[in-house]
Amino acid sequence: MLTKTFVLKCPIGLHARPASILISEAEKFKSEISIRYKNKEISLKSIIGVMTLGIKTGESFDVIISGEDEAEAMERLNKFFEEEIQSL
Amino acid sequence: MNIKGIGASKGIGIGKAVVLKAAEDKGKFVDKRILESEIEKETDRFNKAVADTAKYYDEIIVKARGVLKEQEIQVFEAYKLLLNDPILMDMIADFIKNELLCAEGSLIKAVEQVKSMFLALNDEYMRQRAEDIENVGKNIFMSLTGNMPADLSNLYEDSIIVAEDLSPADTVSLDRRHVKGFAVEKGGVTSHTAIIARTMEIPALVGCGSELKKINNGDTLIVDGIKGVLIPNPEPDVLKEYLDLQNEYNRQVEKIKSLKDEPSITLDGRKVLLAGNIATPEEANEVLSRGGEGIGLFRTEFLYLNRDNLPSEDEQFEAYRKVAEVMKDRPCIIRTLDIGGDKQSALLNIPKEENPFLGYRAIRICLTERDIFKTQLRAILRASAFGNLRVMFPMISCIEELREAKAVLKEAMSELDERNIQYNKDIEVGIMIEVPSAAISADILAKEADFFSIGTNDLCQYTLAVDRMNEKITALYNPLNIGVLRLIKNVIDAAHERGIEVGMCGEMASNPEYAVLLIGLGLDELSMVPASIPYVKQAVRNISFERAANIAKTALSLGETDKIINLLKEESNAY
Repeated sequence: MLTKTFVLKCPIGLHARPASILISEAEKFKSEISIRYKNKEISLKSIIGVMTLGIKTGESFDVIISGEDEAEAMERLNKFFEEEIQSL
Repeated sequence: MNIKGIGASKGIGIGKAVVLKAAEDKGKFVDKRILESEIEKETDRFNKAVADTAKYYDEIIVKARGVLKEQEIQVFEAYKLLLNDPILMDMIADFIKNELLCAEGSLIKAVEQVKSMFLALNDEYMRQRAEDIENVGKNIFMSLTGNMPADLSNLYEDSIIVAEDLSPADTVSLDRRHVKGFAVEKGGVTSHTAIIARTMEIPALVGCGSELKKINNGDTLIVDGIKGVLIPNPEPDVLKEYLDLQNEYNRQVEKIKSLKDEPSITLDGRKVLLAGNIATPEEANEVLSRGGEGIGLFRTEFLYLNRDNLPSEDEQFEAYRKVAEVMKDRPCIIRTLDIGGDKQSALLNIPKEENPFLGYRAIRICLTERDIFKTQLRAILRASAFGNLRVMFPMISCIEELREAKAVLKEAMSELDERNIQYNKDIEVGIMIEVPSAAISADILAKEADFFSIGTNDLCQYTLAVDRMNEKITALYNPLNIGVLRLIKNVIDAAHERGIEVGMCGEMASNPEYAVLLIGLGLDELSMVPASIPYVKQAVRNISFERAANIAKTALSLGETDKIINLLKEESNAY
């Protein structure tokens, strides 16, 4: 199992568009992927779940991945949260 | 009995009622329990409804291509994502299995819970997402209760669509040949139904209330969008009377439309340039087909909204060149980026503000994000080699801002010089007058601008301190308020004093009664939604400038809004 803490860098919070891209990226991996924020942990399969977490710009959260391709998945999400999300 | 409504789109429509059934009453499902032996059957029924709803969305997405905007189509893509959402679906499966609630009841309960999750977020954007969940829930519910919307794409006779309200999903596939009118229970003149009806030029009544439930499929209906009344099953003499009225109305509309190629000059020979406001290059053709002689406002925000990256210089150049080439030597005013206020873009790092209309928007953003601004200016300059383009800066509040913007334009010019690219070196540079300080100091601004264009929507809201989005105070929002009229007059006089042209691109210009007043005040150009051009032209051609000037003088001396409204109404009998 891999866990990493990120800070949300997209300008307007985790809204529909970044959330839907995140869901479709997570779908590409076999591992179970979830986000933990303020003691709530939700699976990255549900757009409603991701959006209703209500993570705001500048706040931190954990990404938890477990499964056979967890390393690749973490690498992918790392790129998403550190770089790509800034232009969404 | 006749049913009263609000006429949201003018004209008279006659046809047979096609009633869109309202959804079944939810109440009777909320507590309906099933037996344990029925769990599987109920789950299957629910899954089938979800599959049917997905299919329904797929059909809409296909039909909507080319009819709805990309943005509106994306809504249905998002709905599909919600249909597959495990949180919502697991919740429903759980209610069916463990609480033995029927499929409808489980759906209603789950939608309520998810909605309250969104509403709890205390964020305006998220609150609106709650509406999406509700719409998806409504569609699954309709499918469960065997109430999928009637097929409006294949009507075989002249029809009047009767419904509680119409959604974009209902209207995308309308059989335009046979739809002769709309009558809906809900909504106001700015509802989706009203807007689509005006776009399609189909008579429509909104806000008819629950009386409309008495209408049955096949009833003969007359929609009178002028008086705002629906006449079910009319007597033969009433029907005859309305057929005559309809002919007369249609003849008038034709007559007004036929003014397309006539010049827009007053009875005593004063030229008033009538132009169109557009938001995409494609709309330029519509301006020409309505007899417009220029573009008074080309909004460029479409290039920046709903996308992941900023538009390149080349992409913008293509868009501006397209307009320049369609319009040839007719003047086209391109307004530089006017984002912020009610138009937000994720591209520009605009933080949430308490007062976005008084905040970081339009030229204020451009003078901060110089590279974005300069890219746009280079694209406009390059396109200026292909037609009669002018550039206009929005939200200018003082002379310093105008100077700064012009300095950036100079930089853009020298960059093009270095690249040896052709452009119009004498391109006219104007400003929007929409901030009261600019209207008051128009004499100073006129020394360094080549033209003015008055934006009444913002000028009005800033001058009257009325948020035009706030429904409680709409009565205060009136461009005929004497304070606003005095500002307009001041701007016109200051411009003419310096010999520069002054136009208007706010909604005020599209109303023929107001247009006469504005011409009387001395405006050189009126720019409006293309569909209004023939109606304003009809007014221009039937009044003398002398009379219009007198109307303006009287209006200014009356001072009170109600009296000015009455004056304009009375005078409108003359043209």
